[in-house]
Amino acid sequence: MPSSPTRPVDGREVHPFPHRHLTGIAGLQPHEIAFLLDEAEQWVQLNRGTAKHDDRLAGLTLINAFFENSTRTLLSFEIAGKRLGADVVNMAVAASSVKKGETLIDTAVTLNAMRADMIVIRHEASGAVQLIADKVDCPVLNAGDGRHEHPTQALLDALTIRRRKGRIDGLIVAICGDVLHSRVARSNILSLTALGAEVRVVGPPTLLPPAIERMGVSRFTDFDAGLDGADVVMMLRLQRERMAGGFVPSPREYHALYGLTYERLAKAAPDALVMHPGPMNRGVEIASAVADDLERSAITEQVEMGVAVRMACLDVLTRARRGVAGW
Amino acid sequence: MVSALAVTGGRVVTPEGMVAGGVLVRDGRITALGGFEIPADAEWIDAQGKLIAPGLIDVGVFAIDRPAFVAGGITRAVLMPDGSQPIETVALIQHAAAAGKPKVWVHPLAAATRGLNGHELAEIGLMQAGGACGVATGRRWIADSGVMYRLLAYAGALGLRTVVHAEDAGLAGHAVMTDGETATRLGLASAPAEAEALAVARDLLLVEATGAPLHFRQVTTARALDLIRAAKHRGLPVSCGITPAHLFLADSAATGFRTFAHLSPPLRDESDRQACLAAIADGTIDLICSGHDPQGPEAKRLPFADSEPGMAGAETLLALSLTLVRDGMIGLDRLFDLLAGAPARLFGLPGGRLAVGEEADLLIVNTDAPWRIESDNMAAAAGNTPFDGLPVQGRVGQTIKGGVLVR
Repeated sequence: MPSSPTRPVDGREVHPFPHRHLTGIAGLQPHEIAFLLDEAEQWVQLNRGTAKHDDRLAGLTLINAFFENSTRTLLSFEIAGKRLGADVVNMAVAASSVKKGETLIDTAVTLNAMRADMIVIRHEASGAVQLIADKVDCPVLNAGDGRHEHPTQALLDALTIRRRKGRIDGLIVAICGDVLHSRVARSNILSLTALGAEVRVVGPPTLLPPAIERMGVSRFTDFDAGLDGADVVMMLRLQRERMAGGFVPSPREYHALYGLTYERLAKAAPDALVMHPGPMNRGVEIASAVADDLERSAITEQVEMGVAVRMACLDVLTRARRGVAGW
Repeated sequence: MVSALAVTGGRVVTPEGMVAGGVLVRDGRITALGGFEIPADAEWIDAQGKLIAPGLIDVGVFAIDRPAFVAGGITRAVLMPDGSQPIETVALIQHAAAAGKPKVWVHPLAAATRGLNGHELAEIGLMQAGGACGVATGRRWIADSGVMYRLLAYAGALGLRTVVHAEDAGLAGHAVMTDGETATRLGLASAPAEAEALAVARDLLLVEATGAPLHFRQVTTARALDLIRAAKHRGLPVSCGITPAHLFLADSAATGFRTFAHLSPPLRDESDRQACLAAIADGTIDLICSGHDPQGPEAKRLPFADSEPGMAGAETLLALSLTLVRDGMIGLDRLFDLLAGAPARLFGLPGGRLAVGEEADLLIVNTDAPWRIESDNMAAAAGNTPFDGLPVQGRVGQTIKGGVLVR
């Protein structure tokens, strides 16, 4: 292994990932995002083998502190940590019991005192992960904070697209549905625009964030127009409580206007890739037939890439404390 | 006790303009301005060329924070009724009115509705007799137009000005920011800036219907200021205030989830901020207030949406407002009308201007003294200022309240 990890970028030698935490895609350079994707490739290979194990994180303690309910993301982080040999502890805190702030800071201080080597946090409040990151000594990884960011989801989506399409630069990506409440959408907008994609957001006007164009995307309220010629169609989950008339009149109407069916998908490019971060509301934002189409849908591949990307993040963020040369 | 005090050798801010010389005070009142003979029995202070200005009158503070008021040159504070217990009885009015003396006189506003619930009228008349200088709806807008109509008619008949918070509650919802790029990038709930103008429009119509005087505690958007400008042209008895935060900061100040920039109403975009500056220049805005609302770490060291809105503004009010003079937007006489004269006139308070016969609440100000606003080094009960780290100019040297040197 070389003593310096620097990589050439535009003719300069730069550190591939000079960040202590991963709280969001915001603040990452395009080459840093690409570096994490490159790192993840080796773990895709390992995970497809029979001996899915590496012990580079042996002896390190990974705490998954989930203040908001999650099954899939928690499982993905747990598997990622275990495959790298870390001691993984899951702390599931019901959102109702620990909610208010000083308790949040106190929790952070407690985790820190237990000498965690890496903390993965999910919280219902935008900015909560940054608040904790400012208070602890070890690297912090954001597994989703409010509507703000979900960086590993954006990384796994980018990896999925890159593997399926061979590139990201120049692709048209339509992010469709409840963009307003979606941290997945925000992180994906940041990452995909940084990597050179043309990003559109598509949805009912009540579910598109104000001034979203300022994030470098174009805005569509007409689903067909938004899908026209898209290379990637990324559907978002619509929370049940938002279908009851507050934001859209009903699940039925939502499906009719913004649900992805084969008929709708025909507006996109002939080889358009269908994605969804899960869990899906089948028959609402996406028709089952489209979701289950192995040719078009990358939804299960996204889940697979999730583990690989999280392994890459855990590895990279702990290199400094593991004494890896140059980190 | 010395009954006469002579301040000499300064530049005196009067409603008629700047006057060279000083101020002579006897028995708590101003007896001469400019040049005068120093009486043999007078205590003497040499202002050394500094500014001699009226003590500031801060309309709409949320806490009686004497150290912060004294540091900021605030000699009178008009208190909002939103304590841990709403100020809705005569006893609470009297208690609040006595709480700052002798250094700061607190003039409480009576809660407009019981428990500030926005439904039933509180005992406004009794509280007026107990010393309330006006009534206020509190931190919130009264959503029920019928209640608001009756409140204005009732308070107006008593000669009381009603202080309101201008934000349509339906549109504002649970928003903690104004719609815009910053709110969207941070993933924070936001509302259109029109929430303010919508509330202002309704209340202006009710003022027209009742003839009752009304004060918008803070107006922060171009649309709302346009409505108020037009209402003033029609002769309606309306007034409005603003804080330095909305004059000098835009919503981007919340970047990085800075909860010290979580304010109510929220910070606006740059074009609204420019409109606020223009409204200071053209006289649409009547007064500048601190919005003083000290909030400790237990209320601010939280995720942004969970944190309490508000800032500790008392001791930075003068220095920040002096920026308007330094930038050539207004003169010193207009500045001290915004900070003292207009508040006294609108709420019927003594002081607010330097004139013979007036109460001797005055400041000696070094307008050039440079200092840095530091959250960790404030006189206020908490250091929640969105201006942390900002270098400013202008500091209060001495404060004289009722003819007595208090600082």
